[in-house]
Amino acid sequence: MDKIAIVGASQTKYVRRKKSEIFYDMVYEVTTKAMEDAGYTLEDIDSVITISNDFWDGRTISCMAVQEAAGAHDKNVSTIEGDGAFGAFYGAMRVLSGFGTTLVVAHSKGSEGDLKVITNAMFDPIYHRPLGLDAISSSALQASVYMERYGITEQQCALVSVKNHKNAKNNPYAQLPMDITVDDVMRSKKIADPIKLLDCSPISDGAAAIIIANEERAKKAKTKPVWIKGIAHCSDAYFLGDRDLADPVSLKDASKKAYTMAEIKDPVSEIDVVELYDAFSYMEPLWLEGMGICDAGQGGQLIEKGITVMGGKLPVNPSGGVLSAHPVLVAGLVRIIEATLQLRGEGGAHQIKGAKTVLAHGINGPCGQSHCVWILGSE
Amino acid sequence: MARRVAIVGTGQTYHKSHRLDVNGRELINEAVTRALADCELSIADIDAIIIGNMDHFESINYVDTWSVEGSGGYMKPIMKVTTGGTTGASVAIAAYYHVASGLFDKVLAIGWEKNSESDTTAAIVTCSDPIWDRFSYSGAIPSLATEASAYMEQYGATQEDAARVAVRERSHALNNPYAQMYNRPITIQDVMESAMLAYPIKLLDVCPRTDGACAVVFAAERVAEKIAVNPAWVKSCSVRHTTTWFGDVDYDTGMLSLQRASKEAFANAGIKNPVEEIDVAELYLPYSYAGLKWIEAIGFCGPGQGPKFIWDGNTDMGGKLPINPSGGVMCTNCIGATALLRVAEAAIQVMGKGDARQVPDVKTAMATGFGGCWWSDVVILSKEKP
Amino acid sequence: MTTEKKEIELLTVSSSDLGMPYEWSIGKYGSRFFQEIKGHKRFLGIRCPKCKRVLVPPRRICGRCFQELDELVELSDTGTIMAFSVVNYPFIDPATGTQRPIPYTYGYINIDGSDNIFSHIINETDENKIKVGMKVRAVFKKREEMEGNIRDIKYFEIIR
Repeated sequence: MDKIAIVGASQTKYVRRKKSEIFYDMVYEVTTKAMEDAGYTLEDIDSVITISNDFWDGRTISCMAVQEAAGAHDKNVSTIEGDGAFGAFYGAMRVLSGFGTTLVVAHSKGSEGDLKVITNAMFDPIYHRPLGLDAISSSALQASVYMERYGITEQQCALVSVKNHKNAKNNPYAQLPMDITVDDVMRSKKIADPIKLLDCSPISDGAAAIIIANEERAKKAKTKPVWIKGIAHCSDAYFLGDRDLADPVSLKDASKKAYTMAEIKDPVSEIDVVELYDAFSYMEPLWLEGMGICDAGQGGQLIEKGITVMGGKLPVNPSGGVLSAHPVLVAGLVRIIEATLQLRGEGGAHQIKGAKTVLAHGINGPCGQSHCVWILGSE
Repeated sequence: MARRVAIVGTGQTYHKSHRLDVNGRELINEAVTRALADCELSIADIDAIIIGNMDHFESINYVDTWSVEGSGGYMKPIMKVTTGGTTGASVAIAAYYHVASGLFDKVLAIGWEKNSESDTTAAIVTCSDPIWDRFSYSGAIPSLATEASAYMEQYGATQEDAARVAVRERSHALNNPYAQMYNRPITIQDVMESAMLAYPIKLLDVCPRTDGACAVVFAAERVAEKIAVNPAWVKSCSVRHTTTWFGDVDYDTGMLSLQRASKEAFANAGIKNPVEEIDVAELYLPYSYAGLKWIEAIGFCGPGQGPKFIWDGNTDMGGKLPINPSGGVMCTNCIGATALLRVAEAAIQVMGKGDARQVPDVKTAMATGFGGCWWSDVVILSKEKP
Repeated sequence: MTTEKKEIELLTVSSSDLGMPYEWSIGKYGSRFFQEIKGHKRFLGIRCPKCKRVLVPPRRICGRCFQELDELVELSDTGTIMAFSVVNYPFIDPATGTQRPIPYTYGYINIDGSDNIFSHIINETDENKIKVGMKVRAVFKKREEMEGNIRDIKYFEIIR
C-alpha cells in the first residue's frame, strides 16, 4: 500500500444537545478547522467524503444538507452511510487511487430523533422489527450471551465504565467526564438486563473531520503526518440468530488483515494504545478479544489486572471512549482522530507517552455486525 | 497511483412495478447471481461489496449490514453509499475506487430499490429540508416542471419536442426484455393525451417506479482480462453535487453540475469532441424534457439545440449517437439501481453483450447519474485501456 | 416439500402508523429569520461579501464561495413568481401521515432584494390565473398565532 497519512483533524465538543446549530453549522466548523489544522485551503482539498445517515437526520438524501458546508460545491464528492471509520476507509481509497487529498467529515445529532425508533429500524421489518428490538435490547442479548459463555461479570464491565468516564476527565471534547465507582454502576438503573444506565453510552450531538493525503501532499501540510499502516473491515451475518454473538468473527478477520498490512505480528506488544468503539461497557472486553489482545473469554481479566488503564501496559480509550461521547456515525472517526492526536503527541492530559502505533476501531450494524480496524503509526 | 479498472460482468432483474414474490434481500440476490454468472465468478471470488439504495423507500436502516445474506457480504467488507438518485452511479464510482486503490481486486457494486414498498412521493418529500422546504415540496415532479417550463420559455421548445424523447425511450425498450416498459411502445399523441401532472409534465413524460436491482463486477487490470473477453475499462469518472438548497438552483444557465462533471470526465478521458468520440450514451433522464435540455449541458449540441438534435434522429438506434438503447430511466426506475443500470448498460455496450439492443462498433460509452438537488455523476467506459 | 410457488399467497407486512418523531434545530440564522417574521412581518436575507448575492433564507456560508456570512439584509414581504406548479396528484404528507390536500400551488418566489429562490405556496390553483413574472406578497398568520416556523407565512397571494 502506498504511503498515505492523516494530516488534518478536528472535532466539536460533544454535548447532549446542540440546540443553536444545524448539521450544516457543525460540518462547516470541523471542515474549516481540519483545513486550518493541516495548513490547507479549500484549493488543497481534491475530494470530499461526507458521512451521514437518513434515519438519524430525519432526512432522505441526508448528505444534501451538508455538502456545500463541507466545501464540496465544485469537488468530487460522495457519501458513505455508516460509521465514520468506514467512511474514512473510502477516503483512504480515494487517496490511494490518485486524489492528492481527501476530506472526510461526519456529523450526527442524536438529540433530534428517537433513538429507539431509529435503531429499531435497523432490524428486519418482516421478522424482528415488530418485536421492538433496538440497539439497547439487542446489545443486552449480546452481553448476556457473552457473559454466560465465559463468566464475564457485571463488575468487570463496570470497571470499564469507571475507567472510561475517569479518562474522559482528561479530554476537553468528551461529554461525560465522571468520577464513579463500581458500586455506582451496579446500583444504576437497569435498562435491559444485564445493561445498566452507567453501562450505556449517552445520546450525543457532534461532528468530526479528517484530511487524508498522499506522501507528496503530506509534505505541504504543517502537521506531523500520521501514517495509515493497515486498514480493513469485515461484516458478519445479519440475523442475530445466525451469529455467535460472543464470537466477534468479523472483527477477528478485519484485525488479522489490518495487522498483516501493518506488519504487526504480536499486537499486544507492538500496539501502544487502542481506541475502540465501546457503545456499552461489555463491548470493550469483547472487542479486545476479537482484536487478539487476549484469548477468548479473558477480556474481563484485562481490566481487572490493570492492563488497559491509563499507565497500564496497553491503555484502552484514553479519550474516554464512546461511553463518554456517542455521536453515532462520528464516533468511529473520533477514534481515528484520537489515535492521530496520540501519535502527534497532542493528546494533552490524556497523552500516552511514546505512542508509536495505535489501533483505532469503528463498528456498524446491530451488535457490532461489521467492524473496521485502523492501524496508525508515527513512522 | 491508480490501477486500471474494468467492468467485467453485469446482472439485473427483470424490472417490474411490484415484485411481491421476493423480499429485498432476495431481489438483490437475483441481480448478484446474474452478475456473477455473467463473468463466471463465484461470490467467494469477490473481495468487497458496495451497496446503495434510498433508505426511506423501504425504511431499512443500515442496509449494508441488513443485506448480507442476499448481497453476499457475509464475512466480507461491505459498505453503503447513498446519494439520492445518483446513488447507483456513486456506488459504481466507489467500486472503481475500491479497485483503483490497490486494496481489492474484484469488487461487486449493487444498486436496488423496492419502490412498491412505500409511498414514493412521501419518501421523496422527506429529502427536502424539514424547516424550509418540506411544507411546500411535493416531490421531484414540480421541481422538474419548473425546469421544463423555464426551458420552454427560454428557447421555444414544445411539449411535442419532449414527447419525442419519451417515444424514443419506449421504442428502444422494445429491444430490452429487462425493462419494466418492455413491449409498451407509445406515440407522440399518446404522450400529449396523457394526464397533466404538473404543467408541462404529463404522465407519459415521467419515469415509472420500479422494483429492481442491478449488480456490476469491477476488476483490476491484472485479472480483468482473464475474466472478460472485452472488459469495459473505466476511463474516467466525475461527480458534482453542486447545490445544497433547492432555492439556489438557477434554471436559466443550464444544469451546472452536469456541465462541470462532463467537462472534467471528458478531459480526464482525453475526449475532445464528445459528439464524435462517444459511440453510445446511457443518460439518466428521469423525464422527457431532460432529454432535450441536459444533452446541451453535456455538450452534445448547443444551447436550445436539443429539440433539433433529437428530431434529426441522432439519438435513435442507427443514429449518430444513440441515447439509452436500454430504454433508460423512463422505462425502468428502481431508484437505487437506476444510475447503476446506466453504468451497467454502458458496459454491456462496450463488452458487446447488448443482444437486440447492441449498438454496432462501440468503443466508448458514457453513463450519467442524476439526483438530489440537481446533481450529476459521469462515467466514461471504453474498449481501450486508459 | 418443495418451495414451488404455485399455491402460495404472496403476503406483505405493513408498518401501519409507525411514527418517527424528530425535533430539528433551526439554528442561529434560521431562528433570526423567523423572529424577524414574527416581529416585523418581513423577510431577512444574508449577503455574501465575495459574490455579492443576497441569499434567502439566511445561512452560515455561501456554498459557491465557501465564505462565512454575517451581513444580514432586511427585505420586504414581496416578491416575483419565478416558477410554479399546480400539484394535482395525491400523496401522503410525511409530516402528518395523511394525504396532503390537493390541488395546491407550489411556488418558486424571488423575494425582492434577494438573488435566489424561496419556495412556498401560492394561493391560486387556477393555472390560467397565474403567470411567471407576477408580483406576490406574503400573507402571515396573526402575530399571536405565530409559532416561529415556516407556517407563520400562510401563503403568498398574487398582487392583482
